[in-house]
Amino acid sequence: MIQFKNIAKTFRKARVLDGISLDIAIGERVALIGSNGAGKTTLIRCLLGEYTHDGEVAINGLDPRNNRTAVLGTIGFVPQLPPPLKMPVGQLINFSASLCGTDPQRIHAIAKRLGLDIDGILARQFVRLSGGMKQKLLIAIALGRDAKVLVMDEPAANLDPEARKIFFDLLAERLDDATMIISSHRLDEVSALVNRVIEMDMGKVVLDDKVADAVTLTARLACRIVLSRFEPAFAKALDGWNLSSRDDNRVWEGEIAGPDRLRFLGIISRYTALVSDLSLAEIQS
Amino acid sequence: MKQLWLTAKLDIVESLRARWFQIYTLVFGGIVALLFLFGLTESRVLGFIGLSRLLVTYIQLTMAILPIFVLITTVRSVAGDREAGVFEYLLSLPVSLSAWFWGKIVGRYIVVFAPVFLAMLGAVIWATIQGIEVPWDMFGYYTALLAVMAACFLGIGMLISAIARTTDMAQGAAFMVWLFLLLFLDLILLGVMIQGKVAPELAVTLALANPLQVFRTAALALFDPQLIVLGPSAYVILDLFGTAGYKVFALVYPATLGVVSATIGYFIFRRGDLP
Repeated sequence: MIQFKNIAKTFRKARVLDGISLDIAIGERVALIGSNGAGKTTLIRCLLGEYTHDGEVAINGLDPRNNRTAVLGTIGFVPQLPPPLKMPVGQLINFSASLCGTDPQRIHAIAKRLGLDIDGILARQFVRLSGGMKQKLLIAIALGRDAKVLVMDEPAANLDPEARKIFFDLLAERLDDATMIISSHRLDEVSALVNRVIEMDMGKVVLDDKVADAVTLTARLACRIVLSRFEPAFAKALDGWNLSSRDDNRVWEGEIAGPDRLRFLGIISRYTALVSDLSLAEIQS
Repeated sequence: MKQLWLTAKLDIVESLRARWFQIYTLVFGGIVALLFLFGLTESRVLGFIGLSRLLVTYIQLTMAILPIFVLITTVRSVAGDREAGVFEYLLSLPVSLSAWFWGKIVGRYIVVFAPVFLAMLGAVIWATIQGIEVPWDMFGYYTALLAVMAACFLGIGMLISAIARTTDMAQGAAFMVWLFLLLFLDLILLGVMIQGKVAPELAVTLALANPLQVFRTAALALFDPQLIVLGPSAYVILDLFGTAGYKVFALVYPATLGVVSATIGYFIFRRGDLP
């Protein structure tokens, strides 16, 4: 599906990519991780045909640079930093849909599922939306078409827990027919979404590992936490995960998205001393 | 073609919301309004009277403002978009590089040309309403001259944007180009060069190669081809070409310069890193 053959990229004298060779098959969900400056974004830009480079990149045998329309028509891309576009949201959707040959209503529908009041913001400038709204819209544009490859740079970083749940559901709907490359500088952000981890450092692949694919993207966990005492900061964090409280804010209950369990436990770990009881049980569908 | 028009439309919408466009429109609309306000249509200077007086003043002011305005705003927005990540996202969509580059130029051209033309058209409409005689030949030629001027400097601006990797570099380069062209105007460096016994052929060649000088000579040549107004090298050029020949040259050469610059810019753009 996707082939990188000995990719090298140098900016002035700095070698940012140093002989990257990878084969990514259809249906694989790859976490591309590494610290800042590891070369993740550069590799993605080579994949999108935006950078010139040594070596070869091919998607279904086609070079993305020389076959832009054909190749990029099959790629849905979500950047880490939303572009500061002044155009209205409606025009951005129509522009993208028109280029990608999709119905703008598909993008509207996904944006609505992610909790975006799309009808209310169609005339608003994209640059004036909040960070979360921009992220949801860019995800909707990437998923609102028949993309065979989804390339996402920290896609869920700005999403609230509810939107993250829906985002995982949306990805789950594409598992059979799409290859996903999800870039992040933290594995815990994306670990549950992927079945392969590629770690980069100094422009090289330092780890390429298959991971257990036991977590389903649509799984739900019933969560119950009992606190030894009320702590406002912890309560605010739990409220952000849509857990509801009783018994003077000491017992918290709710649902957590399966792929978010590691991220959720990371939040809980900050307040370990306050937790007197904790249970996470998978809800059978 | 569909991709090209989509990109052009996108650029128009982006520009219409940009502050530079609002200032740009205000400047040219304001110039015409001020010229009417100061009663220029009723004055008589160097043979220009009525609306022709207003038009020749307008095009002189436009020649001073439009090139630097187009150069700076083009390189700022194109290089700025690249730096801000706009290219990274929009060029991840399935649009061909030729449609993207030329679509941007078409969109930008419409946005740059429309205010200067509409301001002049507004003056003509107002004059017609007021019963002032409209010199249609002059209006037609000045429209063509403005169209070519916009194309010429837009092409140069796109070339600079394709070469420069940062907004600061692009802006500095655009300013230097404008300053260089300004220095080689007939009444500045060329006059000094002729006084200093530089070969007239060299001075004439420089004047012919400088699009600013070409526009200046063409704008004045229609009415008063006297040495005092034109400057020495322009006078020689008109003597050699004839007014009609020079009028054609003044349209063809800058247009060609703009298209060639833009084409070189396109090949540089598609050869290098896009974002």
